[in-house]
Amino acid sequence: MNKVINNKSSETISFWYDPDKRSIFYQIGAACLFAFVAWYLISNTMANLERQSIATGFGFLNKEAAFEIGESLIEYSAADRYARALSVGFLNTLLVSFIGILLTVVLGTFIGVARLSKNWLINKCAAGYIELFQDIPVLLQLFFWYAFFYEMLPSPREALSPFTGLFLCNRGLIFGIPQAHPVYKYMLIAILIAVIVTFLLKKWAKKRQDLTGKAFPVFYTSIALILGLPFASWLIGGAPTEMSIPVLKGFNFKGGLTISPEFAALLLGLVLYTAAFVAEVVRAGIQAVSKGQTEAAMAIGLKPGQLLNLIILPQALRVIIPPLTSQMLNLTKNSSLAVAIGYPDFVSVAGTAINQTGQAIEGVMLIMIVYLIFSLSTSAFMNWYNKKMAIVER
Amino acid sequence: MELNANNENEVLVKPPISSVGVIGWIKGNLFSSPFNTILTIIIVSILWFSILPFLNWALIDSSWLPDANCRESGGACWSIISSNYKIILFGFYPQDILWRPITAIVMLVSLLCISRNRNYWNAFLGYSWLISLIIMGILLKGGILGLEPVDIERWGGIILTLLLSVFGLTAAYPLGIILALGRQSEMPVIKTFCIFYIELIRGVPLISLLFMSSVVFPLFLPEGVSINAILRAQVAIIMFTAAYVAEVVRGGLQGMNKGQFEAADSIGLNYFQTMRLIILPQALKIVIPPSVSVLISAFKDTSLVVIIGLYDLLKTTQTTLSEPKWMGFSAEAYIFIALIYFVCCFFMSNYSRKLEKELDTGL
Repeated sequence: MNKVINNKSSETISFWYDPDKRSIFYQIGAACLFAFVAWYLISNTMANLERQSIATGFGFLNKEAAFEIGESLIEYSAADRYARALSVGFLNTLLVSFIGILLTVVLGTFIGVARLSKNWLINKCAAGYIELFQDIPVLLQLFFWYAFFYEMLPSPREALSPFTGLFLCNRGLIFGIPQAHPVYKYMLIAILIAVIVTFLLKKWAKKRQDLTGKAFPVFYTSIALILGLPFASWLIGGAPTEMSIPVLKGFNFKGGLTISPEFAALLLGLVLYTAAFVAEVVRAGIQAVSKGQTEAAMAIGLKPGQLLNLIILPQALRVIIPPLTSQMLNLTKNSSLAVAIGYPDFVSVAGTAINQTGQAIEGVMLIMIVYLIFSLSTSAFMNWYNKKMAIVER
Repeated sequence: MELNANNENEVLVKPPISSVGVIGWIKGNLFSSPFNTILTIIIVSILWFSILPFLNWALIDSSWLPDANCRESGGACWSIISSNYKIILFGFYPQDILWRPITAIVMLVSLLCISRNRNYWNAFLGYSWLISLIIMGILLKGGILGLEPVDIERWGGIILTLLLSVFGLTAAYPLGIILALGRQSEMPVIKTFCIFYIELIRGVPLISLLFMSSVVFPLFLPEGVSINAILRAQVAIIMFTAAYVAEVVRGGLQGMNKGQFEAADSIGLNYFQTMRLIILPQALKIVIPPSVSVLISAFKDTSLVVIIGLYDLLKTTQTTLSEPKWMGFSAEAYIFIALIYFVCCFFMSNYSRKLEKELDTGL
């Protein structure tokens, strides 16, 4: 019966009033419009490229770059190819983002907790910090810190030295590091092993507790492992204590590790700016856990450490992690402003490549692809995390 | 009898002096525990040793007058601002007709102040915005009514910053709404286009779009056609902001009750009527506070056009700083424009918080 009525009604509907057919019509229209615009732009571009005799394609990646890059994590000289120059830029972007994210999370958590302090002065200082740094464009902050390093700090001869082995001057931040020695490589491996063992230990301890109810002091054991293993390997390796201390020679420092003003300004600007946003995220996350949870946990006799680990953090992190990841992504995207203060990040190197080869389309495309990879992998992680963390309704 | 006595006692016994008044407040808020006491002392000493020298530098040892000799005094040189404020604020706009941009900015600011109050939100305000924007455009551009024409290339400083952010958001908002509706649509082709656009734009930094506008966009145009750099940057900012607006609006659309759609269907409204009369008025109301946040970031992001060489507030400041006479006074100049940005953003974020409180009680 129903079917008959349906058939009848679909017969009476004219073509233009059938939502299904109309939607197909709209979609074909949109696709045609898109195709037409794309064709128009591409044909214009092709004509323009031909007229200006600009090469197309990614062949330029194999040509000699012929420009120097100030800072590099890998060997690079002007005789290398564009592909290598771009990977230098990519690694620099990764480096500044990675260190920046670490520092931002630490500083942001600190300020976020301070924002909730019962101490009025600390509370207001944190609030003032958040308001001040959120409301000034990050580019302006970068310029300010760059000027701070180049104009306000003294020359290497009169370098500020708050304590031995550390110098602050207009050549950047220079500090002493341990003299290169094979044992440090082994210490790094030892730390990696310790982390893996800790991870396995935690799994095993949880399984055992689920089965037998016996708790295992995972926290203290892992601290002992992570500190002890590298220390042991350092002792076995002969306990080298030699340091490479920077010394003023001529107009500059020799030895030690130098952090260039560009890198320092970029890092400082990004960290201080993003930390203000992270602080708000952390504050909101902590406030999201209701007071009853703390009271209930105390009532069933959990110790403060357990209270934090088992009750507060799992709930607060569920609120904190998604916006925190988007702030990390923001920091990575903002690191592209390095181009304005001359730090050779990916955008800056790609910009130079565009200027030299004239292949603007490929250059901008490369920039977009690199950042899309960052953001798509982040959102893939977020989807996975949200699924894992979603509250299971019972 | 006993009850009475008790009552009398209650009246007579005052709380100890250490728990009320100024002392009580200080004790409760600054020295409530040994840990808090230590923190308070540390913070006070840090503030003492950083704020005092700063105030000394900024206010006492400083020179303010345009012709002061800055290099000799040890303090801040605000002379860089007082001698160059015309360049910093208005770029290369002809200096003898500065009353025109100033009038335009005053109009904009007073309109914004009036619009703060939601009681005034009506059709009349909408029309006055439209008319004022046209008047502002005429004032800035000139060319009619006997006003001397000013080339858009010469608009700079705060005019450019405001132009890019105000037009950026007014144009991005409708575009963002269309994108958000497209993303929620049931037509797969349109939905895919919108998702692709939004995710692409949100995944890349604004600077890549600005690069695109400055070096790639000219290649898209047929031979002989060229669009000026400010307009191209404006398009890039609109495209960028629209993707963020779209996500904000989508949040509002998803927050809509399904019953609203069904009710609209049942009284026979078509898609456009449903959206215009039922869904959007409610959804857009929910997303006013996050929209203000988008406005704030759009406002801050306009500073990025300095990288493609447009003379916004930041670039005019740097131009001033590159003059030999004013080299080395970056701190003063940057603090001055930071103050401008801070005041603008602070009012906007305050407003957003106020709105959030007002709208919270609604539904």
